[in-house]
Amino acid sequence: MSRILPLHARGLEVRRRGKRLLGPVDLTLEPGGLTTVMGPNGSGKTTLLRALHGVERLSAGRIDWAAPPEAAQAFVFQTPIMLRRSVAANLVYPLKLAGVPRATRLAAARDWAGRIGLSDRLDTQAPRLSGGERQKLALARALIRQPQMLFLDEPCASLDGAATQAIEDLLRKARDAGVTILMATHDLGQARRLSDRAIFMRAGQIEEHGPAGDVFDRPTSAALSAFLNGDIVT
Amino acid sequence: MNDITLGLLEAARLVMTLDPELVAISLLSLRVTLSALVFASLIAIPLGTLLAIQRFRFRRTAIALLNALMGLPPVVVGLVVYVLLSRSGPLGVLGLLFTPTAMIAAQVIIITPLIASVTHQAMRDLWSDYHDLLISLNTSKAQRIATLMWDGRRTLLTAALAGFGRAIGEVGAIMIVGGNIDNATRVLTTAIALETGKGNFALALGLGFVLIGLAIAVNFAIHALSRTEREGRW
Repeated sequence: MSRILPLHARGLEVRRRGKRLLGPVDLTLEPGGLTTVMGPNGSGKTTLLRALHGVERLSAGRIDWAAPPEAAQAFVFQTPIMLRRSVAANLVYPLKLAGVPRATRLAAARDWAGRIGLSDRLDTQAPRLSGGERQKLALARALIRQPQMLFLDEPCASLDGAATQAIEDLLRKARDAGVTILMATHDLGQARRLSDRAIFMRAGQIEEHGPAGDVFDRPTSAALSAFLNGDIVT
Repeated sequence: MNDITLGLLEAARLVMTLDPELVAISLLSLRVTLSALVFASLIAIPLGTLLAIQRFRFRRTAIALLNALMGLPPVVVGLVVYVLLSRSGPLGVLGLLFTPTAMIAAQVIIITPLIASVTHQAMRDLWSDYHDLLISLNTSKAQRIATLMWDGRRTLLTAALAGFGRAIGEVGAIMIVGGNIDNATRVLTTAIALETGKGNFALALGLGFVLIGLAIAVNFAIHALSRTEREGRW
């Protein structure tokens, strides 16, 4: 059960060198479900996720969590960041930080390695894995600490079909286990397959936000209609 | 050519007969240099890592200064340490002039900037790879430094060995602060300088070859002891 949600973001703005990358954005995230964030390149999807997660400095606005979110949220980046260590050492790293006893973290690492199909590669150096394996490992490393909120920034960009399917299966299981997920994606098919709710962004602002059925089937803005039709939206 | 051949033969003779003076000089060389290396590494590695991850005012100036200090002329360092430790100097009361301790102090001053600078370069690159992940995992500054130092340990070893190489071959500073006193502060480099001055080129070359062999042996030993090719426990 999520204690850190709902999340209320009010008047979020991110500026860099005088240019506004995001905002102003108001957003409320209720606990549970998977919300996808869609939009053209440069629409602010990544910046929104990073700002909510706390790795992007806000120029204005505030984010209010129901409880301090530090250890209860995790982020999976578009390009998976692998520690220069073994698969197992990558998996146990967040648990080590949290002071989890050695026996418990080793058991968790073996369990998660099994779930992502890397049981026989626990001692392999993580940077040597394929792109799909790295992303699965990054996702497992994010989930191993049982976060209540998970952010994903286009986790399947540049992955093949099998790897994408494996990631989506993991996400469905995480969602079913009660993890609230906010995921940026470029892939409309993936957004339709996974979304409980959807956000459409354009020019740094949220243009539509609602249940997936409404956003996909009854778009209210011309830009979202064009985007869903596969037209170029700027 | 003849001198070099004679030097090689002399080196072989000194080593084969375990010449007592050579053994004493070599052991003192190792003691001074390895002590300096340990003290310099304890200062330089955390300093270089901190400079890589910490943003503060005048950081660029500090880095530029550190890089400039890599080129510190050893003779000048020796002179400054001499003045500080001489009977009328501020630290004269310690009575350290013409002792191995004074030689260690001079070497620490010479190699600390070198190790810190190489450490900073390596840690800066690693930090740019790890930045988002470590921020996202809400790590403390100490945890970030520990992670970077562990994952960058192979590069740090190279930095330390560069410092060792500079220290073991150093002659100017330790000649001034050590005084090249027989059975007290004479090390391989100062002995080489002395024998060259006396025209004993074969002996000087022999000592030189022993010095080179010692430096190579220590490099191999440190690599082996630190087990750089093995993965740590997870």
